[in-house]
Amino acid sequence: MSIAFNFGAALPEIVLASAACVILVVDLFVPDSRRQISYWLTQLTLLAAAYLTLVSPDDTPLRAFGNMYVTDKLADVLKLFAYVAVSLTLFYSRGYLAARGLFRGETFVLMLTALLGMMVMISANSFVTLYLGLELMSLSLYAMVALQRESERAVEASMKYFVLGALASGFLLYGMSMLYGATGTLEITGVADAIVNAHSNRVILVFGLVFVVSSIAFKLGAVPYHMWIPDVYDGAPTAVTLFIGSAPKLAAFAFAMRLLVGSLSALAFDWQGMLLVLSLLSMLFGNIIAIAQSSIKRMLAYSTIANMGFMLMGFLGATSDAYSAAMFYTVTYVLTTLVGFGVVLLLSREGFEADRLDDFKGLNQRSPWYAFMMLLAMFSLAGVPPTVGFYAKFSVIAAAVDIGLVWLAVVAVMASLVGALRVAKPGCCCRSTDSHCFCLAFFRRR
Amino acid sequence: MLPYLSLAIWVPIVAGLLVLAVNRDRDAPAARWLALVGAVAGFAVTIPLYTQFTLGTAEMQFVETIEWIPRFSVNYLLGVDGISVLFILLNSFITVLAVWAGWVVIQTRVAQYMAAFLIMSGLINGVFASLDAVLFYVFFEAQLIPMYLIIGVWGGPNRIYAALKFFLYTFLGSVLMLVALIYLYTVSGSFSILEWYQLPLSLKTQEWLFAAFFIAFAVKVPMWPVHTWLPDAHVEAPTGGSVVLAAITLKVGAYGFVRFILPILPDASHYLAGFVITLSLVAVVYIGFVALVQPDMKKLIAYSSISHMGFVTLGFFLFSQLGIEGGLVQMISHGFVSAALFLCVGVLYDRMHSRLIGDYGGVVNTMPKFAAFAMLFAMANAALPGTSGFVGEFLVILAAVKANFWLGFLAATIMILGAAYTLWMYKRVWFGDVANAGVAALKDVSKREFWLLATLVAAILALGIYPKPFTDVMHASVAQLLTQVAQSKQ
Repeated sequence: MSIAFNFGAALPEIVLASAACVILVVDLFVPDSRRQISYWLTQLTLLAAAYLTLVSPDDTPLRAFGNMYVTDKLADVLKLFAYVAVSLTLFYSRGYLAARGLFRGETFVLMLTALLGMMVMISANSFVTLYLGLELMSLSLYAMVALQRESERAVEASMKYFVLGALASGFLLYGMSMLYGATGTLEITGVADAIVNAHSNRVILVFGLVFVVSSIAFKLGAVPYHMWIPDVYDGAPTAVTLFIGSAPKLAAFAFAMRLLVGSLSALAFDWQGMLLVLSLLSMLFGNIIAIAQSSIKRMLAYSTIANMGFMLMGFLGATSDAYSAAMFYTVTYVLTTLVGFGVVLLLSREGFEADRLDDFKGLNQRSPWYAFMMLLAMFSLAGVPPTVGFYAKFSVIAAAVDIGLVWLAVVAVMASLVGALRVAKPGCCCRSTDSHCFCLAFFRRR
Repeated sequence: MLPYLSLAIWVPIVAGLLVLAVNRDRDAPAARWLALVGAVAGFAVTIPLYTQFTLGTAEMQFVETIEWIPRFSVNYLLGVDGISVLFILLNSFITVLAVWAGWVVIQTRVAQYMAAFLIMSGLINGVFASLDAVLFYVFFEAQLIPMYLIIGVWGGPNRIYAALKFFLYTFLGSVLMLVALIYLYTVSGSFSILEWYQLPLSLKTQEWLFAAFFIAFAVKVPMWPVHTWLPDAHVEAPTGGSVVLAAITLKVGAYGFVRFILPILPDASHYLAGFVITLSLVAVVYIGFVALVQPDMKKLIAYSSISHMGFVTLGFFLFSQLGIEGGLVQMISHGFVSAALFLCVGVLYDRMHSRLIGDYGGVVNTMPKFAAFAMLFAMANAALPGTSGFVGEFLVILAAVKANFWLGFLAATIMILGAAYTLWMYKRVWFGDVANAGVAALKDVSKREFWLLATLVAAILALGIYPKPFTDVMHASVAQLLTQVAQSKQ
């Protein structure tokens, strides 16, 4: 294979990595009052990376580093949305971070390295690259969760995240080693060829597949690998929650695409069964448990779980239409989450976290625009037209019906009905003392 | 030719967004006038739909099509036939009244209130004009949001509960319909409703699809036993909200029956007609009795609405020209009459802040003009010949008797029950001696209220005395609908 280093394919990543180092150094010499400089440098880096991604020719996939790295259309689109997500996260959280003494170089650099990890995951064409990207992203995220050193909850969340994340990484490595053992290659496309051409040992392949699927489910937060999500979302500073809830989902989608579709599509029959169970459980558990939450961050965490279940439905279709439905769902989900958490962030003032649903009481009187945007985000997460969430849900449900899984579609819409309860929860409204629901908070006069 | 259907949808929505720009309450007069202009303009653009409507053909008219989501072959496909065109006019007309009805009462967040009504009006026009299932579904669901806000923000003390109940009931029904729509798409490869009319389906499939569509539309109509959200929503909604809810949104459900269930699922419709007729008769008779004992005027009218809508579904499932036309006329008539009755309750509520029948008595002594109006509306609700209420009920009863005498007999009880609960309420509220100091201090209707009610009087009498202009529009389309229902698709 004569694909040499071909640095051009990884230009945005290279720029990002260098910029992260530069910002780290520059930040040392910037006084606290001038911290804006690091912030703007970070945004500028994102802009530059976005520009480089945009201008890169994507008609044919570019391969680099001995075919361990690939830049194709899928990668470009996902990366662009990742830049947007990170940039908006930074933008929204400026005030929040400043009020908590987190408006520091470390935050920016960690965000950039996490983003770098995501980009590597998105473009990976080898198990090793994929793992490398995953670890780079995860380690940065662990550190970000613990940024607020004096907060016990944040540190606890970080520990939980780290321990469970390490376990998932172990799963992934174990699964990959099985696949390597069966096929003799680490290259994603190579594995696909090897499975089809050379008759690999099916038992070993499926055995490895189970572990790979588990780690994917962990990264997506699908039930029953979802335990970390509520604790981490709740414990982390809201700005970090926003970060974790947005861009990494894009990377996780790419992770699933590269592994399942890119290399193991010959085993589609096996992994579809697993994803079906994951999807079903996530939709049901996520939506049902979300109702009982009194913290808006936990509620959004369970909503993430439920939404990932919906997204997985797209993978069941095993056609390019179905995958694009899943991708559309992921992108939509990320954008909607940005709005939802963005409002939470903007409402959080100094020394006050607007993270209880009670804190939203009378919101539409205090700030009708925020309330309206929050309501739209909630409607979108529940999939009510004409919000974009509807079109996303529509396309994944269509993917499920298309392959004859009408019953799954019915379960999905029933789950989304339960999801609508999140926006509009009747039980609590019968009891006037209980205010644990958004709508109630929304309409109630202060 | 101008794209009148698009105008009917987008003029009110754009006007609503403009009104939203006048956000501050001290600019409320500007918001009100802007909203009224928007509503009147919205009504004006629907008039050509009637004047330029070609009679005697069941073809879709004013068709507009633009490619929208090519991947699912979803189009922005609009068109009306004799069944749907009248509801677009009705809706735009009622919106003018609803905006006008909130003129004085609504003092907080006026712009948002007015905008909600205008946007909802555009969305509901979209429901009636869509010939593409996804477009239909988007409008069908989207119009929930303004109503949810109208009840939730400007409603009475228990508004949150009512808004949620309203939202969840309707959402429950419609999500299953979504699966049915997608299923039909995978079978036919198209989202065009008209193409689905030709789609062959086995009886088993039709039954499942029937269940999904039926839940969606029965909740919306509402049919017994999924009607319980309606009284709650009406009681808590502001007057304008009640008017639109009763006059228009209930019609959306009934419209679904004739647009989707009957022509797409004819075999299942015949197979399950007995079931639907039974539910309809339960609504007519049982809910009629329930209405009789309501102490709250709005609740009474809400139950009366359910009972009258039961008549509509009854008419549809008799599968005869008389029955279906009767049902459609009943829908329009009920749009006028229920709007008028809710406005009357609004007039009283604005003065006394009570909807309880027991708090009133002898209103005729202090509000003679108002009592005259209310008398006419009460008579229309009791289906007095000469009022619009009579035409539809008469046609449906005729069709029912033709089908089966006892069916006709049970259906005809609405005449008695309707008269009983409406006139008894009228007696207790308006007649008799002045009941208390509150009633004694009542002032008769203002000029605005007078014209508001007078417009509806004109509409009710016009439809009651000379319904031909309305029924002529329907004939061809209803005849075609009947041939579609008669054809087996298996």
